[in-house]
Amino acid sequence: MNEVQIRDIVLDALSAVTPDADTSGLAPDKSFRDQLDYFDSMDFFNFVVGLHKAFGIDIPEADYPRLSTLDACTRYFKTKLG
Amino acid sequence: MAEFRMPSLGSDMEAGTLIEWRIKPGDSVRRGDVVAVVETRKGAIEVEIFTTGVVEEILVPVGEQVPVGTPLATIRAEGEEQPPPSVEATGRATVSAPPTSPAATTARAAAGATRLRVSPAARKRAAELGVDLGRLAGSGAAGAITLDDVEKAAVARPPTRPAYRAAGMRQAIAAAMARSKREIPHYYLGTFIDMRRALDWLRSENERRPVPVRLLPGALLFKAMALALRQAPELNGFWVDGEFKPGAGIHPGSAIVLRGGGLVAPAVHDADSKSLDEVMAALRDLVQRARAGALRSSEMSDATITVTSLGEQGVETVFGVIYPPQVALVGLGRIVERPWVVDGQVVARPLMQATLSADHWVSDGHRGAQFLALLDRLLQEPERL
Repeated sequence: MNEVQIRDIVLDALSAVTPDADTSGLAPDKSFRDQLDYFDSMDFFNFVVGLHKAFGIDIPEADYPRLSTLDACTRYFKTKLG
Repeated sequence: MAEFRMPSLGSDMEAGTLIEWRIKPGDSVRRGDVVAVVETRKGAIEVEIFTTGVVEEILVPVGEQVPVGTPLATIRAEGEEQPPPSVEATGRATVSAPPTSPAATTARAAAGATRLRVSPAARKRAAELGVDLGRLAGSGAAGAITLDDVEKAAVARPPTRPAYRAAGMRQAIAAAMARSKREIPHYYLGTFIDMRRALDWLRSENERRPVPVRLLPGALLFKAMALALRQAPELNGFWVDGEFKPGAGIHPGSAIVLRGGGLVAPAVHDADSKSLDEVMAALRDLVQRARAGALRSSEMSDATITVTSLGEQGVETVFGVIYPPQVALVGLGRIVERPWVVDGQVVARPLMQATLSADHWVSDGHRGAQFLALLDRLLQEPERL
């Protein structure tokens, strides 16, 4: 899977939990939390569940801080999927 | 003949706009069915019916805004005779029945009989523009109505309803809170809770759980609070007609801030008797549906107490304003590492400030203090929650 494909999947998972927000103009290096108003721990939880389903790999809780931006997510899954 | 009326979905709601009918005359309905979608200042809410029977007549067409309590439809209850058709009834039905144009029929059939597939953005825009979703044939996946479909449909005619939600919401909240502060003699208590045990337990629990069934601290707090409320019935219920009516169950509402502006606090029913996993699942589901504009009327109107977790947004302390007719509100702050004294030693501990705002008509500070102390104790034994 290449970076573009990974990024698309991440964005899909994000849109699924924030259907009321516009995720098209997100800065890739800034945290989702800072850019999406009211993105709380439950939204983040639902986002991680979506990623887990889409990529089919375990995501330990200790890794959650590595999923805070679009770039970070892409790097994380690129490494994980090898 | 029973009337199905515009429900009150909170003390700050005066009127609602009917944006979708999921029934038509002649349909059978059962108690608990979602029969309509109503746009309020809190977004689109799915409204359930509390009568079992057959839909007789639709009284309010899609797009119309009516005050709380207005009859929306008439239902012939089970076993009732069908009345003979009268000129008056027939005339009215012709005027106000929902559209049965071929396009509407196609859209509904494609969407599986009654459920229209509409994206939240399209639903919101349709309400702003006064577009009847039932008249549209969706061009999206599985016949879903898209934002584009709505905007195309609106070009044909001028908008009939102004976008009132954002500004109206502010006004509605202000009115309810002014009433709360005027009529409810609030008292406020706060306490720091050492969250070390709770967080340690959660960490080890989550290590052995797969992603979808992990737990958040919020679920633990919610469950502990619901259990503590068993010992503090004066905090759980409603002030109605000059007297306190204890809640029929413990149904705490979880305050969720909506991106479109506004605040909802849908209830988790019987949270005290749900397992931790069930509470977590319920909270997840509420947040997802609140975001998608698919909360139900029963969840909106029967919360017996409200919990606000402004700690999510970074604050350490929140003293909330009680949401009438409720009589108490619990505020949960952010969990922060702070110096704490344990056995004479200063150590770093994750602390959370829990607060209680409660109504002096019903309880006093002594009772409130017992409640917070019990909440603290319960959180020191997370494995028992």
